[in-house]
Amino acid sequence: MPLKNTDKTYGWVAIVMHWVSAIVVLGLFFLGLWMSDLDYYHAWYKTAPDIHRSIGVVLIGFTLLRLLWRSVNIKPTELLDSPGWQLTLARVIHGLLYTWFFFMFVSGYLITTAKGQGLEVFNWFVIPALITGVENMEDTAGGVHLGLACGFMCLVFLHAGAALFHHFVKRDNTLRKMLGQTPK
Amino acid sequence: MNALKPLWLSVALAAALTGVSSISAQAAEYLIDTKGAHAFIQFRVKHLGYSWLYGRFNEFGGTFSYDEAKPDASKISVDIKTTSLDSSHAERDKHLRSKDFLDTDAFPTAKFVSTSYKSTGAKTASLTGDLTLHGVTKPVVIAVEFIGSGSDPWGGFRAGFEGKTTIKGADFGIAMEKKLGPAAAEIELILSVEGVRQGDAAKK
Repeated sequence: MPLKNTDKTYGWVAIVMHWVSAIVVLGLFFLGLWMSDLDYYHAWYKTAPDIHRSIGVVLIGFTLLRLLWRSVNIKPTELLDSPGWQLTLARVIHGLLYTWFFFMFVSGYLITTAKGQGLEVFNWFVIPALITGVENMEDTAGGVHLGLACGFMCLVFLHAGAALFHHFVKRDNTLRKMLGQTPK
Repeated sequence: MNALKPLWLSVALAAALTGVSSISAQAAEYLIDTKGAHAFIQFRVKHLGYSWLYGRFNEFGGTFSYDEAKPDASKISVDIKTTSLDSSHAERDKHLRSKDFLDTDAFPTAKFVSTSYKSTGAKTASLTGDLTLHGVTKPVVIAVEFIGSGSDPWGGFRAGFEGKTTIKGADFGIAMEKKLGPAAAEIELILSVEGVRQGDAAKK
């Protein structure tokens, strides 16, 4: 498997980054839902949000690296036998997925920092609060963060559904390219 | 400079007149000075039973009437915007406003209206009234201390009180004990108000 992308398949760096992102996004989503309902005396009540925030920040850094890597690589050739609207839809969803990482990060950051507290990342560094003093910003940002998370899952569903459709119905290389399998 | 003159004159005049009127203190309406933040609605709850956690409501307003000669005729009414809850920590404030506690979407305001004021000493009193919080109205008794009153340096007349009371979250349908443990069952309220006497401007 090549390190960098070729016109036929993704390189292993892009593949690893893609699947790590996928696992982390799903993990953050379910961790986020689970931790919001924890009892105050639950052993994870304090730790789970600490981990959720920290991983979220690391993920945004990772995504920047991913976009950087994407920009210095070629894109494997799209399946030009698909209808034009499907190609357009795929591009739009890819664009939205990347954009969503940043919306999620910003809305989450604004919850934590709304009253001036910094966002601590694994006792490693602290992102200071920039915007404070906006009335009830933590509530607004919280609602947005949850809404966006559900939207993210809808996009993931469409994205994964399309990949499975290509793999099992159209039996083409779409998913194989992202699994490191030799193109047919 | 000329434009400033009338203002300067009126301030001096008001100060002189207030000095006179304050000698014969009458039952007067006071507006709680939230504009200048000389009033505080604070609460404190024990955290795990190990320490006190303090918070406050930043937005409220109200009036009281007070006559030093007839203190038992005193009245107070305060409206509180529950969404203005502030415990200096965004995530906790969000949680306290949520359905788990104050449910400020459903109950954006709280209210206290006094029903009686009984002097218990030279500077102390027992203030009874109806507190509406989380959609539940219950009578509460507030131990009041009269702090002081008099002319301020800017032509007004002020009077200030501090009140303390303890309520149980459960009495107002707030599951404090259930959610935060037995030490958090009770909420102490510390109410500090300074009022500016109304109508002094009209006397000018």
